[in-house]
Amino acid sequence: MGWSMSNSGIAGPAAAVLLAGATLAAAEPSPMRQKELIHMVRQDCGSCHGMTLRGGLGPALLPATLADKPVDGLVATIIGGRAGTAMPPWHRFLAEDEARWIVARLMEGFPQ
Amino acid sequence: MSSAARLVWLVAATLLLAACAGAPLRGTGDLGLVIERASGHVTLVSTTSRSAYARIGGLGDLSHASVVYSRDARYAYVFGRDGGLSKIDLLEARLVKRVIQSGNAIGGSISQDGRIVVAQNYTPGGIKAFDAETLELLAEVPAEYAPGQFSKVVGLADVPGNKFAYALFDGGEIRVTDFSDPKHPTTQRYPAGRQPYDGLVTPDGRHYLAGLFGEDGVALLDLWQPEKGSRRILDKYGKGEEKLPVFKMPHLRGWSLAAGRAWLPAIGRNEVLVVDASTWKETARVAVKGQPVFVMASPDGRQVWVNFAFPDNGWVQVIDTLSGQVVQTLQPGKAVLHMEFTPRGEAVWISARDDNRVLIYDTRNFRELGSLPAEAPSGIFFTSRAARIGF
Repeated sequence: MGWSMSNSGIAGPAAAVLLAGATLAAAEPSPMRQKELIHMVRQDCGSCHGMTLRGGLGPALLPATLADKPVDGLVATIIGGRAGTAMPPWHRFLAEDEARWIVARLMEGFPQ
Repeated sequence: MSSAARLVWLVAATLLLAACAGAPLRGTGDLGLVIERASGHVTLVSTTSRSAYARIGGLGDLSHASVVYSRDARYAYVFGRDGGLSKIDLLEARLVKRVIQSGNAIGGSISQDGRIVVAQNYTPGGIKAFDAETLELLAEVPAEYAPGQFSKVVGLADVPGNKFAYALFDGGEIRVTDFSDPKHPTTQRYPAGRQPYDGLVTPDGRHYLAGLFGEDGVALLDLWQPEKGSRRILDKYGKGEEKLPVFKMPHLRGWSLAAGRAWLPAIGRNEVLVVDASTWKETARVAVKGQPVFVMASPDGRQVWVNFAFPDNGWVQVIDTLSGQVVQTLQPGKAVLHMEFTPRGEAVWISARDDNRVLIYDTRNFRELGSLPAEAPSGIFFTSRAARIGF
């Protein structure tokens, strides 16, 4: 599940999906998977970002704090992590389009 | 009044009080509470009856909540993520007082004399001291490490002399703040290293250890000889190997000093590091199932129980401290977040967040003794913490 990708760049099939995502709507995760993703963000991402996503050791992930951040950069951070910080890469657990779905939900106000 | 008359009066008054309360007198030594992180509740429990006796809500965001106890072990102080500080009466099973003391908090501690409760905050970065009786603010110590720059505070622990030791995640420092004059605290600073993520104080209150996230190593300060400064132990324990991604920060608070050694979680490695507690040299490593989060010694020091970061958080392993071997591997439930030993360690309570259950295990034969329901349980805190240095 998911693609492994370096922190610095996006290559091969991942780039193709990013491109497709820009023009077409990315594939929505199934309702069951959406439930799992919401749980994962609130509980596991929440260990650092807070269950209410208002921040903790990691920054807040609220619409206001993310508004000026480029979507592709946020997706790349989730998938590949961020060197020099405590943010790990989540590609073992998330496909690219799932990370993109999470970013879209975060930017509009994450579901409970 | 003669001493006999005084005694009669005292007994009568006590009986009257008991009658008014409508409940038989009882102590609190076998009580505790379980944080229900998702719904802002705590469940009050008895380790004797192995059951819940009350539930209290309205405590705000309790993700990453922690608890300390008054020295009489009657009141619990709950530190919530949202900066809420709640004082709970275990005997009357009610919320006594609640204040919002910061925007984003991570825990707290209580002073040696029991009069000062101190909260550690991410936003605004620093610590705040409160009167344990009234929760009135006594003093605030910002964690300013460079002009205008404030650090998230981690690893706050009480140490003798009404002092508190803590570490600055962004500032890379250990600090010791002295509240012997509660409204006029003084602070000493020591270098720690890159990104200390948590800290602990040894049971005797002598050594403060800050685990580092940004580099391989642990910073150590001898509080009996602070003039000697901090030093590095376990330097480069990763030996330059690339560390595994860390999906959850380990905690040092459930310190483990057992059988003369300290047992510490490795960062980014599926290992428990073992350090001689007199020389502070590494003596062994124990390979475990995942990246340790809590590495907790039983009260007698014979066992060390370990839980793990996502995605290995369904496992718990037990290390025998005599042999240094893993002697038991358990699967108590989904998303095991915390463990707490009963005061003398015959049982351990384990929270399984995604199963909405707290499980109780016999530490001798590892059999499940029972369980109780709780909504997304995280931390479990028993009143035996009231008498421990560093909590």
